[in-house]
Formats: sequence, structure tokens, C-alpha cells
Amino acid sequence: CLDEDRKIEYKAAVKIQSWFRGCRVRAYLRYLNKMVIFIQKWWRGYRSRRYFRKMVETAYFIMKMNFYNEMAVRIQKRWRGYYVRKYIHNYYALKKYLEAISVNNEIVRNELQEYTKMKENEEKRKDLEKKEKEKKYQARKMHYLLSTEQIAGIYNSPFRKSPDPMELLLRKSKPLSHRQQQMKSPFTSSDWPACKRPLTFSTAQPLPPIGRQKPQGPFRDTAEVLRQRYKPLEPTLRVAASINSPLEKAREEMKREEWRNRIHDNEFLPFSSYHKNEKYDPSIHRSGKYGQETYGVKHFREVQPKKWVADKDFQTVLPSIVLFEKFGKTYSRTGQIV
Amino acid sequence: MSLLRPLLLDVVPTIQQTAALALGRLANYNDDLAEAVVKGDILPQLLCSLSEQNRFYKKAAAFVLRAVGKHSPQLAQAVVQCGALEMLVICLEDFDPGVKEAASWALGYIARHNSELSQAVVDAGAVPLLVLCIQEPEIALKRIAASTLSDISKHSPELAQTVVDAGAIAHLAQMILNPDAKLKSQVLSALSQIAKHSVDLAELVVEAEIFPVVLTCLKDSDEYVKKNGATLIREIAKHTPELSQLIVNAGGVAAVIDCIGSCKGTVRLPGIMMLGYVAAHSENLSMAVIVSKGIPPLCACLIEEHEDHIKAAAAWALGQVGRHTPEHARAVAVTNVLPTLLAMYMDTRSSEDLQMKTKKALKNILQKCTYLPALEPLLHDAPPNIMKHIVGQFSKVLPHDSKARRLFVTTGGLKKVQEIKAEPGSLLQEYINTINNCYPEEIVR
Repeated sequence: CLDEDRKIEYKAAVKIQSWFRGCRVRAYLRYLNKMVIFIQKWWRGYRSRRYFRKMVETAYFIMKMNFYNEMAVRIQKRWRGYYVRKYIHNYYALKKYLEAISVNNEIVRNELQEYTKMKENEEKRKDLEKKEKEKKYQARKMHYLLSTEQIAGIYNSPFRKSPDPMELLLRKSKPLSHRQQQMKSPFTSSDWPACKRPLTFSTAQPLPPIGRQKPQGPFRDTAEVLRQRYKPLEPTLRVAASINSPLEKAREEMKREEWRNRIHDNEFLPFSSYHKNEKYDPSIHRSGKYGQETYGVKHFREVQPKKWVADKDFQTVLPSIVLFEKFGKTYSRTGQIV
Repeated sequence: MSLLRPLLLDVVPTIQQTAALALGRLANYNDDLAEAVVKGDILPQLLCSLSEQNRFYKKAAAFVLRAVGKHSPQLAQAVVQCGALEMLVICLEDFDPGVKEAASWALGYIARHNSELSQAVVDAGAVPLLVLCIQEPEIALKRIAASTLSDISKHSPELAQTVVDAGAIAHLAQMILNPDAKLKSQVLSALSQIAKHSVDLAELVVEAEIFPVVLTCLKDSDEYVKKNGATLIREIAKHTPELSQLIVNAGGVAAVIDCIGSCKGTVRLPGIMMLGYVAAHSENLSMAVIVSKGIPPLCACLIEEHEDHIKAAAAWALGQVGRHTPEHARAVAVTNVLPTLLAMYMDTRSSEDLQMKTKKALKNILQKCTYLPALEPLLHDAPPNIMKHIVGQFSKVLPHDSKARRLFVTTGGLKKVQEIKAEPGSLLQEYINTINNCYPEEIVR
């Protein structure tokens, strides 16, 4: 029984000690737990405060940006409205432009109107001029209808108060001679753009000077004087040639001139060919019905030997005009001098 | 034909020339005869010794080629295959203006048919010689050369570019001032054929300083000069807004409007189209057209003309003017032209083209039109597809304007709107509901 008491006490002591150790350990663990919680609490607080600070910063930033955006929108709104209204859809500029266009249109219309009027006037004037020319030509042709002292012409009836305008025209006009009628002016205004006639100098004689008093005294005839004064210079060959090798140079010059001026080969035609008319080369469309007619060119008088009574041609009894007899019988063929 | 052929090889030159002339007159009369000339193998003989012959023979030969080539493209192709183009180009280099005229006339007739033949003519080297011909003093030669250049350049942009590269534009532009009417019409037609292909060509033509000289051509007494002048301005205006702006600034719109007012018939057509093109580019330009008093002549054209295509063009032009903003639509509607357009659309005798164009014009104008007094007469006769636009416009304007509402009721418009039967849920029904909501219940009933 002492053994059992010892065992019971031993066991009780063990229990008490184990329970106490357990208490100590638990108290230690509790302490550790509390410390850990404390540390974690502090750390978490730190972390979230940092996060919160960041959140506050971003929220503030966003608020500021919104504010700026809004203000920027206000500014841009005003600016865009101004810009568009001033430059792109400028109402007043458009109005001015349209007014300018109408003004310009008016100017253009007026100018075109003037242009048409001018053209019409020109046409009327041309018509009028043509009619005048016609009338004058008619008057010149019918010059014989002019009234004389005894007999009144048809345009000057005695029952009229004043003569007809045609009568006045007749009085003014010169009688028309046949040859001049064919000469038209070489240059009418309608030909100018087409240049249908070749431009030529007028070959009429220069007009004689107006009747001047002949100067008194032993003066020479003015025509002679002018001829002498304006005689062209004809230097001798020696003068005209150059100093160095005159002969060679002169010969060369002459050769060149010869070669240049020799346009056609019949150079030595006598001057009477100046009046000769060019041979008329009719176009194939315009000649006679069965070819070119030879009357008037090759012969003037038809000769039919078969119809002759005798075998001979007519013989002149009296000598005809000597000059006319030479027709076709001279020996100079090229010039056909009559 | 077999009798004439050996005469071409006769010793006497006069016989050769007369034989060639006879062939030319035969071929000129009828295209069967021209085919017979081609089949009889006459063309190669005609051309074989052309370069040594005298000028009468060359003229007669060119006359034959022209007479054969004018009837159809196949005959012209046959002429080209005989090697005629080189000979014609040789004739163009001759001194006598009559020969040049005959040669360029023949080239013009050949080039007229299609673009391959034109290309063949250009490849033969004719274009620089034609440009030289234009500078000659004889008027007939200038005319024919200008018409040949016009025929060559009308087919494609490359051909027109070739003509431009030869320096033709400067000379053509100088000749606009010439007083001869036929020459002016040919020159204007040549310039318009060049300008119509692309923006660059049109700009080149404009740089030749044709404005404002071209505007004087619109006042010429000859009808064709006016027509071709208007065509030239139209071809330039249609490419870009800047070119149209240039024309407007030069006062071209006023000149064209006067031209339209003074002519009758097809001569007006290019002028009408020009106004349409100018107005189509932008709203400022169409406002410029309105300010230049362009709408009354267009309405007059629409009413007076008998041809359908001219009426269609006038309707299209009005549509282009009125489609931009409510101001434009109002300017068009004030002239009371909308009922006329509607009547033309409904008329069964109008051609398809006319109906389509009037419908489009009406739609475009109505979609922007807020001028109610002009819309009212249309309520009575319009077909359903137009009606929905009209009622739509009313439904947009009436809720905001009380005076208009009163006017609408007094003129019987509200009654008419009630009579319209529309499917529920369609756009038309919605518009009708909107209109009905503007008024108190008693009036609606």
C-alpha cells in the first residue's frame, strides 16, 4: 500500500506538472498569438492606409482631370464656333461673295450687251455701205438719164417740188467707162482674215504735183534735178572692190550675185514682154464643153478653104495700114514686136 | 468602174484627174458605190504615184478617199489598209492650200468613226501637220483642220493628249477671236472635245486664257457657235469644284443664263447641263447660280420645250440646285415649278428617262423644302411615294410654327391629310400621327 500511495502521488504529481506545463505552453502560445495578431494588425493597417492614400490621390487626380476637361470643352466649344463662323461658314463673306458675283454678272452682261450692239451696228453699217455702193454704181451706169436744159430726165419730173435723190446722185457721179469697171479694189475688208488676194503694191502712176508756179529764171526742170540728185551710186569696180585681192573678191561677189538672182532661165527677154499677159491655163473644170476653145487665142477668123470660090484667100486691093500688116510676120519671135 | 480604172493610168494628166474626180463623185453619192470602188481595187492604183503628181490630181485623189471613207467604219478601214494615210500625210505637206484642205478633210472623215482609226491617223504623223495647217491664212483650211483635230481628239484621253502635245491649244485659243462663224464653231468644238476627258486637259484648256473671250461667243448671232461655246464651258465645269468656281468668278454663269434665255431648242441643252454641273458641286456654287437669276430660265425651259431630253436635263438641273439646304429648296419652290415637275412625273406620255429624273429632282428638293405654301398644291395630286416626303416635311415644320398650323387648317390641308390612307406602322402613318398630335381632338375629327 505504500507503493500504491507512491504511485498515486507520482501520478498526481505527473498530472499536476503536465497540466502546469500545458498551462505554461498555452499561455506562451496565447502570448504568441496575441503578438502575431498585433503585428498583423499593424501591418494590415499600414498596407490599407497606403492603398487608401493611393485611392485618394487617384480620385483627386480624376476630379482634377474632369474639371480640366470640362473647362477645355468650354474653351474648345467657343473657339470652334468662332472659327467655323468666321472662316468656314462665314455668312458675311458668303453674302459679300454672292453680291460680288451679282455685280460681276451685271458687268459681264453689260459688256456682252455692248458687244452684241457693236456687232449689230457693224453689220448694219456694212449693209448700208453696200447699198450705197450699189446705188452709186447704178447711178454711174445710168448716167445718160441725167436731165438736160431742154428735156427733164425721168427723175426730175417738172411736177415735183425738188428733184428725186437719184437725180442728185446722177448729177454727182462721173460717167462709167467700160474698162475701169473690172478693176475691183485689191483689198476688201472681208478678205483680210482669209488673205484671198496676194498683197501687192498699187502699180498706178504716182500723182503729178499740184499746179505750182514755175520759178522764174534759168532753172532746170525739177524732174531732171531730182533725177540727178537721187541718182543711185554706181561706183566703179575698182572703187567697190576691197583693197586686198580686189579682183578675186569682185569676181566672187559677182558670181554669187549671178547665182542668186538667176531665178529663171529666160533672162534675156526684151522689155516688151513686161506687158505680155500670162498664158491663161484654164482648169479642167472650167473649159468649154469639148475642150479648150481656140478662137481668140490661136486664130481670130475662121478659115474654111473648102468653101472658097477660088483657091486663093482674099487679096488686099489697097494697102492696109502698114503696121497691121506686120502682124505675125516679123522675124522676132520671142518679143512678138508689132 | 472597170471603164474608169484604166483611165487612171492614162498618159494625159487631165484624163487622170477627170477620172479621179468622176470616181470621187460616184463614191460620194452612195455607200454601195463606195464599196464598189473599194472592191474594184482602185484605191491602190490611185495612190501608187500620188507623190509625183500635180496638185489637181492630189486634190481629186483626196476627194475620192474622203468620199469612200465617210460612209462607214469598214470602208474607212479599207481605205487605211491601202496605205492611204501616208499619202494623205504627204499631201498635207504640199504647198497648195487646196490640196491641204482636201487631205485634211479626208483625214477628218476617216478619224471620225472610232478610236482605232483615229489612232491610225495619229500614228501616220498627221497631227503636227494639222497644227501647222491651222496657222495658215486661208479660212477654209483652218476650218477643216480644226474640225479634223476635233474628230481625232473626241475618242479617248490619249488621243486628246497627243493633240495637246503638238501645241494645238494655243493656236485654237487664238482663233476664237476670228470673226468667221463656222471657224469659231469648229474651234470651240475642238477645244471642248479636248477638255472633256480629264481634269488636267481641262486645266490646260483653261490656262490658254479662253475666259472671258469665250463668253463673247455665247452672244454670237450663229446658233452653232453658241451651242459649241456652251458645250466647252460645260465640259470644263463638270470636272471639279475649283474649275466651276473659276467659271463663276469670270461671270460665266450670267452669260450662260442669258444664252439659255435667248435660244430655243437643242441649242439650250449644253447651257442647262452646265448650270446643273456647277450647282451640283457645292452649295455655295448653287447659291451663286440662284443669285445670278438662274432659276427662271430653267423653269421656262422646262415648260416651253417639247423634246423630252431637254426637259429631263432641265429637271435634273433644278434638282441639283435645290437639293443642298432649305434656302436653296425655297428658292426653287418659290417659282412654282414643283407642280410642273409633279405633272411631268405623272404624265404617261413622258419617257422613262424624264420620269426618273423628275422623280429624283422632286425627292431631292422636297427633302429639304420647308416652304409650306409651295408644298400645299402638291398634297392633292401626289402619288404615295412622293406623298410620304411631302407629309414628312409637314410633320417636321408644323409642330414648331403656330401660324403655319393655322394656315394648314384653313387651306384644307388637314382635311386632305386625314383622307390619306396609310398602313399602320409605316413611316407615312407616323408622320400623319405627328401632324394630328399638333392639333386638338375636335379639329382632327
